[in-house]
Amino acid sequence: MQNEAGKAIRIYKEGNAFVIKVQGALDIRSLPAFMEQTKKLQDAELLIIDFENMVRLDTAAALYLLRLKHQKNVKFKHLGNRFLQTIELVKNTPPQPLPKPSNCSLLERMGYHFYLKYRFVVALLAFLGELFVKKLTIFLNPKYFRYKEVLFEINQSAIKAIGIVALTSFLVGVVIAYQSAVQLKLYGANIFIVDMLGISILRELAPMITAIVIAGRSGSAYTAEIGAMKITEELDAMRTMGFDPYFYIVIPRIIALSISLPILIFIADIAGVFGGMLIANTQLDISFGLFLERFSSVIDVKHFIIGEIKGPFFAFLIATIAIYRGFMVKDDTQSIGKNTTKSVVESIFAVIVCDALFSVVLTNLGI
Amino acid sequence: MQQVIKVENVKTVFGNKVVHDGLNLHVNEGEIYGLLGPSGCGKTTLMREMVMLEHVYSGHIYVLGKDVTRISQIQVQQLRENWGVLFQFGALFSSLNIAQNIARPLVEYTSLSSSMIEEIVSLKLQLVGLKPKDALLYPSQISGGMKKKAGLARALAMDPKLLFLDEPTSGLDPISAREFDALILKLRDLLNLTIVMVSHDLHSIKGTMDRFAIIDNKKIVYEGPYEGIHTVHSDFVDKFFRE
Repeated sequence: MQNEAGKAIRIYKEGNAFVIKVQGALDIRSLPAFMEQTKKLQDAELLIIDFENMVRLDTAAALYLLRLKHQKNVKFKHLGNRFLQTIELVKNTPPQPLPKPSNCSLLERMGYHFYLKYRFVVALLAFLGELFVKKLTIFLNPKYFRYKEVLFEINQSAIKAIGIVALTSFLVGVVIAYQSAVQLKLYGANIFIVDMLGISILRELAPMITAIVIAGRSGSAYTAEIGAMKITEELDAMRTMGFDPYFYIVIPRIIALSISLPILIFIADIAGVFGGMLIANTQLDISFGLFLERFSSVIDVKHFIIGEIKGPFFAFLIATIAIYRGFMVKDDTQSIGKNTTKSVVESIFAVIVCDALFSVVLTNLGI
Repeated sequence: MQQVIKVENVKTVFGNKVVHDGLNLHVNEGEIYGLLGPSGCGKTTLMREMVMLEHVYSGHIYVLGKDVTRISQIQVQQLRENWGVLFQFGALFSSLNIAQNIARPLVEYTSLSSSMIEEIVSLKLQLVGLKPKDALLYPSQISGGMKKKAGLARALAMDPKLLFLDEPTSGLDPISAREFDALILKLRDLLNLTIVMVSHDLHSIKGTMDRFAIIDNKKIVYEGPYEGIHTVHSDFVDKFFRE
């Protein structure tokens, strides 16, 4: 760049004036160097810019030349007709400063953010209210229920997720068994690994792991899908054609996930316990037969049922948050990413809070 | 006169569908050149091949003297700084406002001061007929016509030698469309631009284009100025120009 510009300019003194002879193109690429040269000649009384050998002048350069002419005594020499037109064009569009983004005070900003949060809560309530009304409509008129969509979503969010859910749960079972095997061995309490694994996996870990995997997998997909549909105006198109997005998109997904999650939790139970059983066998010499015999005698079926009951609750939270976040997407692409992130984080958080509530309530009920 | 773009025996194939079968055309310097033809004939595809967004199946395309089908990474970058592209719906970056959209290439490719960049942005906005007070609006807050103008301002930001316009007047009201035509003619004259455009707008075809090519049924059925169009006959030409 510097070299190019060096070639593009020649400077010499003529009386008390400096002459700048432009060679080649004076355009946006050579302009920074040209600006530097003219700044060096700041105190010159008179500046003559000779355009005899110039081949190209663009609007950015013309803009700078005019600016220079305003500031000091500058004369243009040998300015061809075509270049004169460019300068005229720039001259005829008067400089108008761009507006500055308004700077607001701390209080104003706080108020603004508080207002946004308030709006968010109101919108969430409106969404939940509309969801409730639409669900009631479906309950009263089952013809609005979309079986096909529900089955499609079950395939998407349950059947295709079996592998990853089972693998994650299996590994968690392995890890838990491994860590406790060491401790239990110390006390010679090897067989109690069955009690421990059974209760912790069936009651807490399997539902939680499934919910977290599904929040990351289906929750993010729901948000991104619906967000993109909003940007491309697909949702608006559906509304004008009389296809209510709640019947076609929202409720099928919530119901599908509510059905999927218990199934997946069941699979996670099997995989987790199997992982633990494998480690019990290799580390603590508990045979599969012994493990299963002990399992059926000490693990109450209520633990399994509690784990399964959590499924629809978690599913409702994940699906509702994900879909709501999808509806919150604005007209720019960044907001898809932002809302997807928020959707996953918020749904995992909600799942954990819900799980804690379950623990408190069930413990107080003595179950 | 120098040839800015030369298309030689270009063949384009998508899957098992042949889109172009041996296209030949050239664009001279300082010309406003049109690509016309029925919907789905591959006008936009050809333009996308010129700006290296699609690959040709066989043949060569020379842009500013370089063969874009066989080109080094460094040359690609030089080429990209020397052309501007206006997409059909503006394709503005939705997370940046209008001013930032236009300033983006200037910030990226030049070492100009921010006050200078701001002046250039203001100038470009006025050149395309937008008001500087709209500069802080985001693409989602403006109309389709404004998006197009802002897209043109962004394409002009670096004062390119070559400008590609994809249906510049579609979706504009007739008054804005004629203003757009006048603007394109003015820019061509003042900045010595070469402009390649895809258009369906008969007014801009008559009013602005020096020459155009009609692609129909995988081939070029006509290349030349508007005056010579009566010498050829095809379904598209007969319907489009004579009714």
